[in-house]
Amino acid sequence: MSGFHWDWQFAWSIVPDLLAGLRLTILATLFGSIVSFALGLVWTLVRLARIPRVTPVVEFFVQFVRGTPLLVQLYFLFYIFPEWGVSLSAFATGVLGLGVFYSAYTAEIYRAGIENLPPGQWEAALTLGLPIRRVWLGIVLPQSIRTILPMLGNQVIGMFKESSLLSTITVMELLAQGNNIGSINFRYVEPLTMVGAFYFVISYTAARLIRSSESSHAVYG
Amino acid sequence: MNSAGSLWGYLPFLLMGIPVTLEITFLAMAVAIPVSVILAVSRNSRLAMLRWPAGFVIELFRGSSALVQLFWAFYVLPFFGINLPAMIAGVLVLGLNEGSYFSEVVRAGINAVSPGQREAAVTLGFSPLYRFFRITLPQALPIMIPPFGNALVTMLKFTALVSLVTIQDLSFRANLIGTSLGRSGPVFGLIIVIYFILALILARGAKLLEHHVNRQVGRDLARVTGATHSPVPEWALGGGV
Repeated sequence: MSGFHWDWQFAWSIVPDLLAGLRLTILATLFGSIVSFALGLVWTLVRLARIPRVTPVVEFFVQFVRGTPLLVQLYFLFYIFPEWGVSLSAFATGVLGLGVFYSAYTAEIYRAGIENLPPGQWEAALTLGLPIRRVWLGIVLPQSIRTILPMLGNQVIGMFKESSLLSTITVMELLAQGNNIGSINFRYVEPLTMVGAFYFVISYTAARLIRSSESSHAVYG
Repeated sequence: MNSAGSLWGYLPFLLMGIPVTLEITFLAMAVAIPVSVILAVSRNSRLAMLRWPAGFVIELFRGSSALVQLFWAFYVLPFFGINLPAMIAGVLVLGLNEGSYFSEVVRAGINAVSPGQREAAVTLGFSPLYRFFRITLPQALPIMIPPFGNALVTMLKFTALVSLVTIQDLSFRANLIGTSLGRSGPVFGLIIVIYFILALILARGAKLLEHHVNRQVGRDLARVTGATHSPVPEWALGGGV
């Protein structure tokens, strides 16, 4: 069996399986993003509030998550949950792992968004005597969201690609489908190349969209 | 539990994964650095025949995950008659992947050198290679070093992936030990901590390098490493939101 030629018939026949995998990949990215946005906000608020004992722990946790491989974190969660008596599906474990890992980066993005605000904005808000609630919702949020949104978008793209690690904890997402098809037919050329192409087309298009939307907002500086 | 006790018996075997992990980290960085410089210079080039292929390589490697690329190199390339040993495939994929990302940092560093420097070097009749290595690069270096530290830690984390193509690094050994103990949670908990300690050490090393480079090029350290303070004024954090 020579693998030198590209078998179109075989390639077409595996599209439905790959699409089923892509569906899980997209769902994992979607739910993982939601978890990371929410947790990242929690980390940011705890950091800003500087609560004794709690803030240092969160700071360390964020450092720790950023300093260790996602693959090992996923394995750890996957194996330790049953030992702790927590029964989560592999998919849910993967989503949680992705969400926690990326929340450490989301927290940095939120921070960058707030730091990018010119100091004059705070001074003006103080001078005007605005209530704190309006300072945050009316002044800080609308301005920092322009910095934050494209960065969050890039992070979602990163998570989309990185979610391929879920294949190692038995989630049948895109890469796992490709590997599976490859090992059953002992023909890896088409499935793995198509998997790569799926990732590439989607993430490249999304990155392009974010870039163009960024430049269209350039008027705001 | 008794299985936690027997984990200690496997400890030497596990710890022998540390030099493997570090070796791959440094080898892959040794690939990533020249790759990123070549890609950055090509990307900046006026020649379309350099600019386009460089752009293609960068987008290709950034367009999918390192794991997909690793599997592709490991399972698909043999069908084309290219049989790379797992070690070479791993180091190449990690190096090319990280090099594609890091090329943006290198490019930003090169572009930050004031154009007058180049003009002066041209006027003095220096050769292009001399100009790049003796004038541009040394001045671009201080900007590139802090992200380099991040890239080093990223690479360390990346290396866990090569365990999936049979290289006996920390993660691979943890997997084996977990299987033979019938219990994988504790051993993965242990190697997470080991990875974190390694990351701290590498980050510390990169910091020392940063100080060294800054001293070499005579940069004012106090200015480079400005103290960070909270961006949000105290009053805006007050209760009663």
